[in-house]
Amino acid sequence: MADTAPTMLDVQDIHTYYGHIHALKGITLQVRKGEIVTLIGSNGAGKSTTLKTISGLLQPRQGEVSLDGRRLNGVPAHKIASLGVAQSPEGRRVFPRMSVLENLEMGAFSRGKADPDDLARVFDLFPRLKERASQKAGTMSGGEQQMLAIGRALMARPTLLLLDEPSMGLAPILVEQIFGIVRDINAQGTTVLLVEQNALMALAIAHRGYVLQTGQIVLADEANALAKNEMVRKAYLGEE
Amino acid sequence: MDFNAALFTQYLIIGIASGALIALIALGYTLVYGIVELINFAHGEVFMMGALFATTVVATVGVTNDSSGVAIVFMAIAALLASMLFSGLLNAGIDRVAYRRLRNAPKLAPLIAAIGISFILQNIAIYWKGSNPITPPSLIPTEYVRYNVLTEWFGLETRIRLRVLDLAVLGVTIPLLIGLTWFVYKTRTGKAMRATAQDRDAAALMGIDVNRTIAYAFLIGGALAGAAGMIAVYYNNSARFQMGFRYGLFAFTAAVLGGIGNLAGSVIGALCIGIVWSMSDGFMSQYIEGWGAGWTPAVIFAVLVLVMIFRPTGLLGEQTVDKV
Repeated sequence: MADTAPTMLDVQDIHTYYGHIHALKGITLQVRKGEIVTLIGSNGAGKSTTLKTISGLLQPRQGEVSLDGRRLNGVPAHKIASLGVAQSPEGRRVFPRMSVLENLEMGAFSRGKADPDDLARVFDLFPRLKERASQKAGTMSGGEQQMLAIGRALMARPTLLLLDEPSMGLAPILVEQIFGIVRDINAQGTTVLLVEQNALMALAIAHRGYVLQTGQIVLADEANALAKNEMVRKAYLGEE
Repeated sequence: MDFNAALFTQYLIIGIASGALIALIALGYTLVYGIVELINFAHGEVFMMGALFATTVVATVGVTNDSSGVAIVFMAIAALLASMLFSGLLNAGIDRVAYRRLRNAPKLAPLIAAIGISFILQNIAIYWKGSNPITPPSLIPTEYVRYNVLTEWFGLETRIRLRVLDLAVLGVTIPLLIGLTWFVYKTRTGKAMRATAQDRDAAALMGIDVNRTIAYAFLIGGALAGAAGMIAVYYNNSARFQMGFRYGLFAFTAAVLGGIGNLAGSVIGALCIGIVWSMSDGFMSQYIEGWGAGWTPAVIFAVLVLVMIFRPTGLLGEQTVDKV
């Protein structure tokens, strides 16, 4: 699909630094409307840094990020959020001393008030969150917090959803479930940029993928082509 | 020596009133610490400036203790609101000019900036009001200065004195505490403040303007300190450029005792400190020869040291535990 769809997110040759550390050395990628695009690569390759640069938590020192043709450089993170970009960040980052319900309400902050329909949809996707609605988020298990982080991002009713390692720390059965949900969310019209270490699962649901290595893109292709690529299979799918 | 219950009760009343006053200041430390992890060492001076501003407002309007009762009540409320606004804007202004630029600097940088600002404010206060203690324009009708609520309202024959001023302190503090709780837990900005305090980056991702939310925390903390300043100046019938130092350190101790970052903890800590303060100032000398108010700071800082050693998170503080 989507070869003809308009480009939603356009990242052109961005360089991002942490202090003196040159973390991204010229990343260029595009996400078209309606796609699931995945960034795969090992620890420290710059996947999360790329997402943080897109969502405005980090500013690129060079290069340009634009969303629907609008330049995002210098736009603070909270304004980018209100443009319809929601992120489920690395390490989940739920608000630990707020209840599950309050966390979900915070997800809708940029829209003003939480929509009961959105809340019903999130509870539908993650029944576990409904059971625990009044529990403090910090007291939940890692898997439950992961569901909450994704649910919270969905509450913004995003046009572009950035998912950072949604499978991190989850039991295999939950990983399958989460990826199924990501596919459902995408089918309902949300564009997804997915960062994953679990390359096999990510490539199974994505339309296209980029492979990152030490801050640079080393491969870019259709997801099924990447899944067959020898180098990818060796490096990320654990084949000898 | 026998336990003197009446005297004890008397100092308890004074202690609770002082504690309520300290609570208003302590909340400013805790609000700001909770959201930016900065001990705002200029906070005592923001309180002091509020106190001085209140005297100016009352003097400028010219209502005195000879004016009508209605005029006096309106004057008191107006001066309270004016010093809240003044100190709130001052505190938010300091954040905008100094701390905000240092948001991503090492933690020591804003701390040193805060100490510098406290010196600046003290010097402004000296320039403004002089270095000697000033007496505020009298506002309380003479017959109320020695008025005992317990005798006049309840007909109790007792040596314990509950002054109108003691009640006024509680009458201002309690509604402010309720208002603050409502604000933090029920309003959109309050929720944004809690979210920002718990995870600043995640809050930004939700669409929360983090800098503006932090400014609100400074504004509210400053406003509470301004209210405390107006109360303190009439409670003590005196104000001076140095008053923020002692109150500030006592309130800081209260915030740490309660668990810094925890609103309810600060109030509880402040009541404890207020009671320790009044007991040390008055009650202890009955039992220990040579004990006097001069020992009070030593006692309070001993409390601070003991808390640091035995319960660094404070009475209610678990904030740092789940802030992984």
